[in-house]
Amino acid sequence: MPWAQDSEILSTCLRSGESAYVSTTNLLFLQERHEPVGPQIRTFRDVSRDLDQLIACPRCDAVYHVEEPGMGERAVCARCHNVLIAPRKRAGKQIIAIALAIVVLVIAATIFPFLSIRAAGVSHGSSVLDAALAFSSSSLLVVLTLAVAALIVFIPVLRALLVIYVLTPVVFDRPPWPGAIRAFRLSEGLRPWSMAEIFAIGCAVALVKVADLADVHFGPAFWMFSALVVLMMLKDSYMCRYSVWKSLET
Amino acid sequence: MEIPGNVTTARQMGLVACTRCTKVWPGETERCGRCGHRMQSRDPGSLQRAWAWWVVGLICYIPANTYPMLSTRTLVSKSEDTIVGGAVELAHHGSYGIAIVILVASVLIPIGKFAVIAALAIGVRRGTRMSQLRRHQLYEVVEYIGRWSMIDVFVVAILSSLVQLGALASIAPGKASLFFALSVIFTMLSAQSFDSRMIWDRDSEPTPQPLQPQEVHA
Ligand SMILES: [Zn+2]
Ligand SMILES: [Zn+2]
Repeated sequence: MPWAQDSEILSTCLRSGESAYVSTTNLLFLQERHEPVGPQIRTFRDVSRDLDQLIACPRCDAVYHVEEPGMGERAVCARCHNVLIAPRKRAGKQIIAIALAIVVLVIAATIFPFLSIRAAGVSHGSSVLDAALAFSSSSLLVVLTLAVAALIVFIPVLRALLVIYVLTPVVFDRPPWPGAIRAFRLSEGLRPWSMAEIFAIGCAVALVKVADLADVHFGPAFWMFSALVVLMMLKDSYMCRYSVWKSLET
Repeated sequence: MEIPGNVTTARQMGLVACTRCTKVWPGETERCGRCGHRMQSRDPGSLQRAWAWWVVGLICYIPANTYPMLSTRTLVSKSEDTIVGGAVELAHHGSYGIAIVILVASVLIPIGKFAVIAALAIGVRRGTRMSQLRRHQLYEVVEYIGRWSMIDVFVVAILSSLVQLGALASIAPGKASLFFALSVIFTMLSAQSFDSRMIWDRDSEPTPQPLQPQEVHA
């Protein structure tokens, strides 16, 4: 294995007193209130001992020796500034609570109208279901009905359910449930395709567009979607993926 | 303090990193033992896939602009508006603010995304004067903004389901909405296919000197 050879070469260097080669492994940039904390020197010899102590930035491939930050601190990649580790106290329970709220809100928001319009005595309310079905009038656009429903309703709910499934045993210090690893991998893969929060902003844009055409009001579902925007942002910021993967490791 | 230039990559160490769970494995490993994600030190097909999605996305963006996005019918008139046409119409009515927002969101941002992805892909092959960090930031912006372009499709869905006032006024979605949605999805896939680790590769390509045995005893 090439890395083992490298480390042997390096340990020879060390013995022959070549101190310039000591800090070959990168160090995690600890951020505490955006103040970097002093690094600690690690050598290649430590590296070869076990790869478990290493972490690679998925964005730029830089390798770091894991120096787990304290609760509320963040470990950030030194060159691309990607957040690698960001543990939080009681994050598991908070994320589960948020995920449950997301499931309830998305389902409720699907049924209630998010906007209603009134002009010359005619009034009409529209729910997410209606919005998705708006494309079903033409045979060409009918696929968009499915896509819109998936992006706004199915995928956000599925992601929330997967996260609950993965984190519940972790929070109660039980071994992970079967398939938890695949569930979390799927949830991570679906992350860019969950667009409920974009729909919420879309409601506001639509309201501005038809405001001079007719009398438009926000319905209950609009406020639910607004709450969803905040909840989804909180869920993403509480989630330390490194910690979750670590807890799923057997 | 570590200077970003001194960073060692998994590839230089003969290791392969999992891009999903950040774990590091010996170079020959094909699947991550922790999360099961398929691993490749650098995906050789990454650029080709990024370009393929890019081309399909660009092709879809053309009908997205030539076909009507919305067709509006009121008591007195019936009109079909393309994306740009709709913005011009709004500007005529004096709503310059919304017109500018629509032009930025549906024209400037999509074209900007195509340009940035192409520039990044060319930069990986040919090299560029722009710093690696700046290119990486551009990539992150494109990845972040990509999904937000879907807002146009949602607005069309909202308007056509909401404005159904019988004979008084009604709005129906146009063909462009499908092509616009496809264009957004394909550009998202193009950005996802692009392996951002390649941005950082060029300058750090040669193995660092301390790892060469000849150097040690020279
Ligand atoms: Zn990085
Ligand atoms: Zn992995």
